[in-house]
Amino acid sequence: MSEEMYEDDEYDGVIKKFMYVNRKAPYGTIYALESLEVVLIGAAFDQDISLAFVDDGVYQLKKGQDTKATEIKNFSPTYRALEMYDVEKLYVSKDSMDERGLSVDDLVVPVEVLSSEQMADLMEEQDVIFSF
Amino acid sequence: MKFAILVNEGPYTHQAADTAYQFAKAAIAKGHEIYRIFFYHSGVNNGTRFTSPPQDDRDLVQNWSRLAEEHGTDLVICVAAAQRRGIIDKDEAERHGKDCDNLAPGFRISGLGQLIEAGIQADRMMVFGD
Repeated sequence: MSEEMYEDDEYDGVIKKFMYVNRKAPYGTIYALESLEVVLIGAAFDQDISLAFVDDGVYQLKKGQDTKATEIKNFSPTYRALEMYDVEKLYVSKDSMDERGLSVDDLVVPVEVLSSEQMADLMEEQDVIFSF
Repeated sequence: MKFAILVNEGPYTHQAADTAYQFAKAAIAKGHEIYRIFFYHSGVNNGTRFTSPPQDDRDLVQNWSRLAEEHGTDLVICVAAAQRRGIIDKDEAERHGKDCDNLAPGFRISGLGQLIEAGIQADRMMVFGD
């Protein structure tokens, strides 16, 4: 819908580093789902996109989500589709994973695991950070 | 400096909306430019003219409208987030067969592309949320 309104060449080839910082659990609030909606629309702009998952945000990528009883849509398969949108840089916080007893084998997509210091360095490099 | 602002929380629920407004006002007073203010998540509730706060409280929705009127600030409500939460302009009301619209003066409803575009165009994106 809205992505069709914008042409790739509209910004004279400006490519900025956009990072989406996902901090919240996938359900309970709508932040995770609506963050994903921004990522999908934003992918049409050909910017340098990365996604970071910290705090309870790491649960967004957890395998085996079953939301049937809550009548809320399980949107976790969408993370597997991000590759088709050329969104391939996914980072998770090691500390957040450790605190929650999670390993990369528990996640639905391949990710790069970063220490808090590495995550801070990566954030420092960004032009635009959306925190959800 | 050219700022873009993202407001992710509704008025009277969370400090984020008030702080975003105060920031915008202060930035303009200092001679900075506000490229766009984008309202997302429950932040879309900043754009309903149906709020009626007590008389001894600040009127945040009216403050936003005044900001747009006095400084031409571009106030954009995300259409997808707005539809979920019942924020609707005249055209959308007609399209969805609703008996009235509630978008406050100075706001417009548009797509998420407006947020990304603001991120590209502005020198700095400020996010106000939880």
